[in-house]
Amino acid sequence: MTKNVLRGLRAVALTGTLVLATGAAFAQTPIKLGVLEDQSGDFAVATIGKVHAIQLAAEEINKAGGIDGRPLELITYDTQSDNTRYQEFMRRVLQRDKVDVVFAGFSSASREAYRPIVDQFNGFAFYNNQYEGGVCDGHMIVTGAVPEQQFSTLIPYMMEKYGKNVYTLAADYNFGQISAEWVRNIVKENGGKMAGEEFIPLGVSQFSQSIQNIQKAKPDFVVTLLVGTAQASYYEQAASANVSLPMASSVNVGQGYEHKRFKPPSLKDMYVTTNYIEEIDTPASKAFYAKFKAKFPSEPYVNQEAENSYLAVYLYKQMVERAKSTKREDIRKVIAVGDVCMDAPEGKVCIDPKSQHMSHTIYLAKVGADHSISFPKVWEGIKPYWLGDAGCDLTKKDPMAQYTPSNPPPKP
Amino acid sequence: MDIATHIFSALYQFGDAFAFLVLSACGLAVIFGMMGVINLAHGEFIMCGAYVTASTAHVGLPLPLAIMAGAIVAALVGALVELVVIRHLYDRPLDTIVATWGLSLIATQGTLILVGSSMAGVGTPFGSFQVGEYSYSIYRLVLFASALGVLGGLYMLFNWTRFGVLARATIQVPHMAAALGVDTRLIYSLTFACGAGLAGLAGGLYAPTMTLVPTMGATFIMEAFVTVVIGGADVFLGTAPAGAVLAVVKSVMTSWQGQLFGQIGLLVAVIIVVRVLPKGISGFLLRERT
Repeated sequence: MTKNVLRGLRAVALTGTLVLATGAAFAQTPIKLGVLEDQSGDFAVATIGKVHAIQLAAEEINKAGGIDGRPLELITYDTQSDNTRYQEFMRRVLQRDKVDVVFAGFSSASREAYRPIVDQFNGFAFYNNQYEGGVCDGHMIVTGAVPEQQFSTLIPYMMEKYGKNVYTLAADYNFGQISAEWVRNIVKENGGKMAGEEFIPLGVSQFSQSIQNIQKAKPDFVVTLLVGTAQASYYEQAASANVSLPMASSVNVGQGYEHKRFKPPSLKDMYVTTNYIEEIDTPASKAFYAKFKAKFPSEPYVNQEAENSYLAVYLYKQMVERAKSTKREDIRKVIAVGDVCMDAPEGKVCIDPKSQHMSHTIYLAKVGADHSISFPKVWEGIKPYWLGDAGCDLTKKDPMAQYTPSNPPPKP
Repeated sequence: MDIATHIFSALYQFGDAFAFLVLSACGLAVIFGMMGVINLAHGEFIMCGAYVTASTAHVGLPLPLAIMAGAIVAALVGALVELVVIRHLYDRPLDTIVATWGLSLIATQGTLILVGSSMAGVGTPFGSFQVGEYSYSIYRLVLFASALGVLGGLYMLFNWTRFGVLARATIQVPHMAAALGVDTRLIYSLTFACGAGLAGLAGGLYAPTMTLVPTMGATFIMEAFVTVVIGGADVFLGTAPAGAVLAVVKSVMTSWQGQLFGQIGLLVAVIIVVRVLPKGISGFLLRERT
């Protein structure tokens, strides 16, 4: 008898809590943000900061009342620099965790591995990384810089300063191959010539023969598009063989902070176009850097991908609040208006509605003999124009494809 | 450009490839050849040597001593691993593969968590020299000399010392050696530690020329296994000629068509050698001799 009463009481209590819990949750269901980044493996050096930047932005936003009153909840998985992990975890966040948006990916190989899954399950993903450009996909927003922003500034500057014979040393996968194609085209447009090109398989760490091939070709400067920690061994080996050629890059310093990790002067005369690095001396950049260091005091470096990830969270907040919805189609209607902009640590950035890529302030960073950074030139408001000019217009049509200069969007 | 420059450059590239192959493979070859254990944690012993070298060099130890420290610490870790794990698996060779693979995962991830995603480099010593119109790194010649030194040292160790005789006896007929009073367990321990120490030495020697990250061992692994596979079970008659053959293939292909073809050449050479000489180069040489 008493037992039954107790059981009844317990049932009532339980139901009560359940009702209360759902009631509370209904008031502020969290917005779920999936974070798939490499926290271990070959790319971890450049990408742990991205996770921290997202955590920093989420904490700030939640302290200030969340997104439209709803807290932001991060669901983070370590993708281990492994493309198949991206596919596995992308399915998991979209199908099981049912996230509203995913921030994912460092290498272009990993992005192309997960992108079809985002398309298939009708997800919504941010790729917060500089890359070789050309992704015309309504399910994706790209906050990183692309070749027309990094190379059309960098290569003409280098050719004017050092000469017109260019050698490209690039990682042998989609990023390196397509970036090298951009370099080739820009060099040709500016009346220069390619002294040589070599593509290095990922994971290669010994460069004696490549160094000799470069010396044989006698270029005026070398474009280094090397990716991953193994390939970064090139700089030390080239310096010890006394190659002493100026270098130009879209990936070094701004991602893997090689100037901090290697002993000077192995990176002397390296020129990099980047939209953010921690040395940038503006009040907005200093404030961001200070906040970052306060939360993560042992962070070795705040790189451009960390800033891209940080600003992406705020952009997402702005878009959701304006769309009053987390649905991708509602958010894209806001993007189509064409005025989604914000003041990021690097300066003002805006989303281009045609390609869903970002305009950026591009800083030319020069590494000195003591590995200090100077900025000989800054280009403001550089637009990601190529996709739009070539015929990608996501406000009208969503081809969900990646294009390259030699494989442009089909003409209507 | 004259002929001499070309010849020197070809020799330099050969020496460079040879040094990398031999130094990467030696530790693996000793452990596999003498004990039949396939050590998948080989790359992590290399990483251990490189990390110890870099950190002791940062503290102020001169580079040669720092490299020795790297080798010694790797050997001690090797002895510990043998004591705790490998010793119990000698009659289960397939299980040692799984165990050492597990160890390698633990070592990589543990280093990432404890030491962080990368470590500051130490800088390559000695500078460069000029031959014809090319400039070369002097340190690369040191690496080549070290590879020859390691081969010579191993030859002396296993042929001229009491330990070498006992080790070879233990490897050939373990129970007979034990019956004659050889402490076979100790010999196995020392051999494993020796292999791990050689891996650490390779790591220490390459530490000044490479990016120091927890996964750096992986960049040695392919070359190491390839050399041991085509070399076969004997360290001297296998590793050294295998290193020489592969170095020729690799340096010629790389200078002709670039790194990608260097790697393709390496793997094609392996397929051919394994097909023609299933017991590796040393198996072939030993059959000829008997």
